[in-house]
Amino acid sequence: MAAVTPLLLLLLLSSAPSFSSGSRNAYNINGRVKIPQGLGTKGYALPGRMSNVKVLLNGGQNITFLRPDGYFSFHNIPAGTHLIEVSAIGYFFSPVRVDVSARNPGKVQAALTENRKGLSELVLEPLREEQYYEIREPFSIMSLLKSPMGLMVGFMLAVAFLMPKLVENMDPEEMRRAQEEMRSQGVPSLSSLLPGGAMN
Amino acid sequence: MAIRSFLILFILFFFSSLNPILSLYEDQVGLVDWHQQYLGKVKQAVFHTHKTGRKRVVVSTEENVVASLDLRQGEIFWRHVLGSNDVIDGIDIALGKYVITLSSGGSILRAWNLPDGQMVWESSLRGPKHSKSLFLVRTNLKIEKDNIVIIFSNGRLNAVSCMDGEVLWEKDFEGESLKVQQVIQPPGSNLIYVVGFASSSLFEMYQINALNGELLKHESAAFSGGFLGEVSPVFSETVVALDSTGLILLTISFQNGKISFHQMPISNLVKDSFGPAKIIPSSVIGIFAIKMNAVTIVIRVKDESKLEVVEKTNHETSISDALSISEGQQAFALVQHASHEIHLRVKLAHNWDDNLLKESVKMDQHRGLVHKVYINNYIRTDKSYGFRALIVMEDHSLLLLQQGEIVWSREDGLASIIDVTTSELPVERDGVSVAKVEHNLFEWLKGHMLKLKGTLMLASPQDIAAIQSMRLKNSEKSKMTRDHNGFRKLLIVLTRAGKLFALHTGDGHIVWSHLLQSLQKSKVCQHPIGLNLYKWQVPHHHAMDENPSVLVIGKCGPSSDAPGALSFVDTYTGKELSSLSLVHSVAQVIPLPYTDSTEQCLHLLIDADKHAHLYPKTPEAISIFEREFSNIYWYSVEDDNGIIKGHALRGKCTGEVADEVCFDTRELWSIVFPSESEKIIATVTRKLNEVVHTQAKVIADQEVMYKYISRNLLFVATVALKGSVEIGSVTPEESWLVAYLIDTVTGRILHQVTHHGSQGPVHAVFSENWVVYHYFNLKAQRYEMSVIEIYDQSRADNKDVWKLVLGKHNLTSPISLYSRPDVITKSQSYFFTHSVKAIAVTSTTKGITSKQLLIGTIGDQVLALDKRFLDPRRTVNPTQAEKEEGIIPLTDPLPIIPQSYVTHALRVEGLRGIITVPAKLESTTLVFAHGVDLFFTQLAPSRTYDSLTDDFNYALLLITIVALLAAIFVTWTLSERKELQENWR
Repeated sequence: MAAVTPLLLLLLLSSAPSFSSGSRNAYNINGRVKIPQGLGTKGYALPGRMSNVKVLLNGGQNITFLRPDGYFSFHNIPAGTHLIEVSAIGYFFSPVRVDVSARNPGKVQAALTENRKGLSELVLEPLREEQYYEIREPFSIMSLLKSPMGLMVGFMLAVAFLMPKLVENMDPEEMRRAQEEMRSQGVPSLSSLLPGGAMN
Repeated sequence: MAIRSFLILFILFFFSSLNPILSLYEDQVGLVDWHQQYLGKVKQAVFHTHKTGRKRVVVSTEENVVASLDLRQGEIFWRHVLGSNDVIDGIDIALGKYVITLSSGGSILRAWNLPDGQMVWESSLRGPKHSKSLFLVRTNLKIEKDNIVIIFSNGRLNAVSCMDGEVLWEKDFEGESLKVQQVIQPPGSNLIYVVGFASSSLFEMYQINALNGELLKHESAAFSGGFLGEVSPVFSETVVALDSTGLILLTISFQNGKISFHQMPISNLVKDSFGPAKIIPSSVIGIFAIKMNAVTIVIRVKDESKLEVVEKTNHETSISDALSISEGQQAFALVQHASHEIHLRVKLAHNWDDNLLKESVKMDQHRGLVHKVYINNYIRTDKSYGFRALIVMEDHSLLLLQQGEIVWSREDGLASIIDVTTSELPVERDGVSVAKVEHNLFEWLKGHMLKLKGTLMLASPQDIAAIQSMRLKNSEKSKMTRDHNGFRKLLIVLTRAGKLFALHTGDGHIVWSHLLQSLQKSKVCQHPIGLNLYKWQVPHHHAMDENPSVLVIGKCGPSSDAPGALSFVDTYTGKELSSLSLVHSVAQVIPLPYTDSTEQCLHLLIDADKHAHLYPKTPEAISIFEREFSNIYWYSVEDDNGIIKGHALRGKCTGEVADEVCFDTRELWSIVFPSESEKIIATVTRKLNEVVHTQAKVIADQEVMYKYISRNLLFVATVALKGSVEIGSVTPEESWLVAYLIDTVTGRILHQVTHHGSQGPVHAVFSENWVVYHYFNLKAQRYEMSVIEIYDQSRADNKDVWKLVLGKHNLTSPISLYSRPDVITKSQSYFFTHSVKAIAVTSTTKGITSKQLLIGTIGDQVLALDKRFLDPRRTVNPTQAEKEEGIIPLTDPLPIIPQSYVTHALRVEGLRGIITVPAKLESTTLVFAHGVDLFFTQLAPSRTYDSLTDDFNYALLLITIVALLAAIFVTWTLSERKELQENWR
C-alpha cells in the first residue's frame, strides 16, 4: 500500500488546478470522486454505479454528475464558503467545505465536515460503505442454543437424561422406600391425569 | 428416547421461525413496499432506432429528467434528474452514441453515453448578455470525423465538438436590442443563418460560415409594421412572421443576402378571421400553422410568397417536427382530437393532399387532449414506410402509437404530485370482489414447508425463488376491500395536470384516474392550478352506505384573487360528483372538525378579501357552524411583509356579497417581524388529525412531566435578511436564525430562541409537544437539527395526592387568555450530516407507539431516525435511572444507520414530500414519499409488537401442536402399559 500512495498522489497533483477563475468574479470548482476498487464488491449492498453518483453544491443549488474518470466541476460559482455533498447509493460520503476566495485563486481550501480533516486536493472518497439490509444469520445450532429458549431446552434435556443417572446412583434400599412412599401418596402419573386413566 | 428427540426437533423448528426483525432483509424488498419510477411531462423526444442495437427514445421532461426509454415497452434504460434550477433547454443525439443536453438557460452542455447514461463530458458556455432565446441546432457538419453542434445562448453562437465538448469557435451577437429568433442551418451547406429582430421594426440576418464562425454577410431591413412573437422557418432562406397587430402574415426571404418582405393579411386567406393570430413554429419545409382563438390553420407556402390555406379546423391539432425519411423527403405528423378518438395523419411535406398514413386510435377521455407528437419511421417487411408516433397527452402521460394501437403508455403525470390524501376501501361484503384465496390445504402446507426450508437455510436456489415469488404475489395485499389491520387503503393524489389518481397501497397499481373538468383549461379559466385535496366525506357509523369522497380545490391563474374552483370526487368509483366554479378566491382552506349528518366535513374557505365561506352550503351545516361560531380561530402568514395575523369570525357578510354561507372576519392579533432584520422562512403546525395518547410523561425517579399539548401552536423560523440567500455568500456574523413558538389563538409568543451564525433553509416538523427543525450552522459549516419540547408547568404541582385531597390544587383555577400559560421548554441541538429536503414524523392510530422522524435527505433517500435521539434530556453521562428510562448518551452528531433508511437501496428521485398515515394496527404506520418517483412502505417504529410478522410459520405451529398431541397419546399408552405391568408384578 505504501508504494501505491505516492504514485497516486503524483497522479493527483498533476491534475488541473482545482479552481480556475472566470469572468465576473465567478469561479469553477473542479474535483474528483474516487470510489476505491474492492469496496462495494462484497456484501449485499448494491455497488453504486459511477453514472448514478451525483455531486451537489450547497444543498442542491447546483447538481452535477461524474465523468467516467470520476472528475466533476461546478461552473460560475461566486467566492465564498461552499458545501459539497456526494450522493451515491451504497456509500457514505462526508460533506466537504470548500473555500473559494478571490484573493488566491487556484488554492484549495477544503475540509471534510464530519471529521474536520483538511484536504489538499479536492478528492472525495467515501468514509464507509453502507449496508442497507440486515444480513441473515446463517442457521447454526449454537445461535439456537444460546437463545433463552435453547437454554430452556438444554435444561430440560439435562433433567431428562441426568436425573435417571442420579437415581441410579441412589441406594436401592432408600429408593424402594421412596417409591413406596410415593405410591402410598398416589403418584400423579400421566395416565391418571388424562380422562379415562383415573379408574386405577 | 424417540419421543425426546422428536420433541427437541420440533422445538428447534419452532424457535427458528421466531427471528426478531430489526430492519429489512434483502429478500423482504417488495413485500410491503413498492417503488415506481416516472419522468414528468415530456418536453422533447429524440428517437434512436438504428438497425442494430436496441431501439430507444430519449426524452427530456418538465421535471428536469433526461431519460432513455425502451421503445418496445416504454421501460426506463437510464435516467438522470438534473437540479431544479438546471432546466433542460434542449436535447439531441450526436455521433449516434451521445445524448447532448443543453441546460441552465443555455449555459451547461452535457453529453451522456447513450447505452448506459454515463456522463461523458460537460462544458460551460457563457455569453455576453443574458437572453431568453436558446437554440440547439443539430447539424450533419463534419470536421475530421467529428460532428459539431451549434448552440445559440446568451447572445453567443457556439460550435461545440460532440467528441469532447470543446468549443471550436464562438461568435458574439452584441447588438443592443437584437433578439435572435431563429438559427437556421440549411442541410448540405456550410452556412448558418442567424435571423432576429432589432428594436421593433428591424429584421436582421447574419450569414456565418459553420466551419470557422466567420461572418460572411450581415443584412438588415426595416419593416414599418413591426413584428410580433415568433418566426417559423419555411424554407432554408425564408421565414414567416406576423406583424405587430397579429393580422398580417409576413413572408421574409433573404435569398442571396437580399431581404424582401411580402405581406398577406390573414383575412385574405381566411374569410371569417377573428382577432390576432399566433404562429405555431414548425420545422416542416413549406408548411406552418397559425392559431386564432381555438381555430388552427395550416398554411402552405408556395414559391416564396404565395400562401395557401390547406386546412382549417376547430379541433385541437398538434404538428410534429419534420422527419426526413429519404433523400429530400420530409414527413410530418398531424394529430387531431375528436371526442373519443384521435386521428393521426402522416404526410409528406411537399405533398399535402396525400396521406402516408391515416389512423384513428381510441383514446381514454381522461387523458385529455394531445399536447405533443413525435414521429419516427421504420421499414416494414414490404419495404414501405411505417410510422410510430409518441404522443404526450394533457394529463402528462406518454403513449406510443403504432399500427393504430397503443403499444405502451406511461402515467408520467404521477411525477408531479401536488397533494395526497387517503381513503378507506369498501368493507368486505357479499358481492364485493374478493381475490382468490389459497386453493387447498395441501398447497397451503406446501407453501409453508417451503418457508420452513427457507428459514432453516436448507432451500435450494429454485426453492428460494419460489418462496420469493410466492411472497411478492401474495394476493391478499392488493385486494380491493378493507383489511383488518388497515394496511390496504387508497392513496388519492392530485397531479399538476389536474388529474386525480387513486393508488392502491398494496402494490401501487392505479385503481382509477380522473381528469378533473374544473381544472381544465376553458374559456372562463385559462390557467387553472390545482391546490389541495381534502377529505370531504368520511363515512362511518350512521352513513356507512355512502361512498367516501374528496374535495379538490383549485383556482384560475396564479394571482391571489383568482376565482376558485371546487370538485367533489367519489373515491370508490372515481366519478366527479359535482364541481363548482366559485365567484370568490381561495386564499386559505380550514377543514373544521365538525361533520353533518351525512358525515360531510365542514370546510371554511377564506378569500383574498378576508371573507369566510362555509362549505357545504346546507342549512344543516350552517346551524352546526353557528353553534361553534365563537370557537373558530385561524391565522394567516404574510411572508413578504413578515406579518402573522390571528383571525376570528365576526358575523354574516354585509354589503353586496349577501350570501347565507358568507361570514365577515375580524383580526384578533398580529405579530410584525422587523422587516429590516427578519424574514419568515418556515412555518409549521401540528397535523390536525394527530392523536396523542397521554399528556403525562413519566421520567426517572417517578417524576411526571406534563406535555403542553395544544392544537394552536405554530412554529415560525425567521432569518436575517442576509441569511435568506444561498449558503456560501454570508459570513456567520451577519446571519442568525430565530425560532418562535406562537399560540395562534392569543398571538402570544411562548418561546423564542436565536441561533447565531445560522441560516436557512429551515425544514421543520411539529408533533405532540415538540418541534424538530433542520438548518445550517455557518460557524461549524455543518447542518444542525434542534429539538424544542414544551411542557406545561401549571399542572406540575398537582402531583401531591394530599394537596388534591385537601383541595389545595390548582385544577379549579380559572383559565384565561390573559394569563400567561405556565410553560417551560427544553431544547438541544445536534449535528446532522446531510442536507434535507423534507421532514415528517410517523403517526399511529392511538399515538402509543414511539415516534420516528422521517428525513428526506438530499440524496433522495428517506432516513428513519428515532425520536429518542432528539431528546433534550440527553446528557453525556446519563444516570442509571435515566438509562433505564431509555435515554441515549449524548453525542454531537446524530447517527446515520444505513439499515434505517426506509427506502433501503432505492432513491425517490426528486423527493418533494413524505406523508405518513396511521394503519389500524397501532404499531404500524404507512409512509408514502413522492417526487419524480413514488415510494410506499409500512413502518413499525417500535417493531410489530401487536401482530405476528409475515414470516410467522403457521404450518410449523400446526405441526408442533399435532406432534405434541401425538406425543401425549404415545406417552399415555406407554405409561398405561407400564402401570399395568407394575400392577401385575
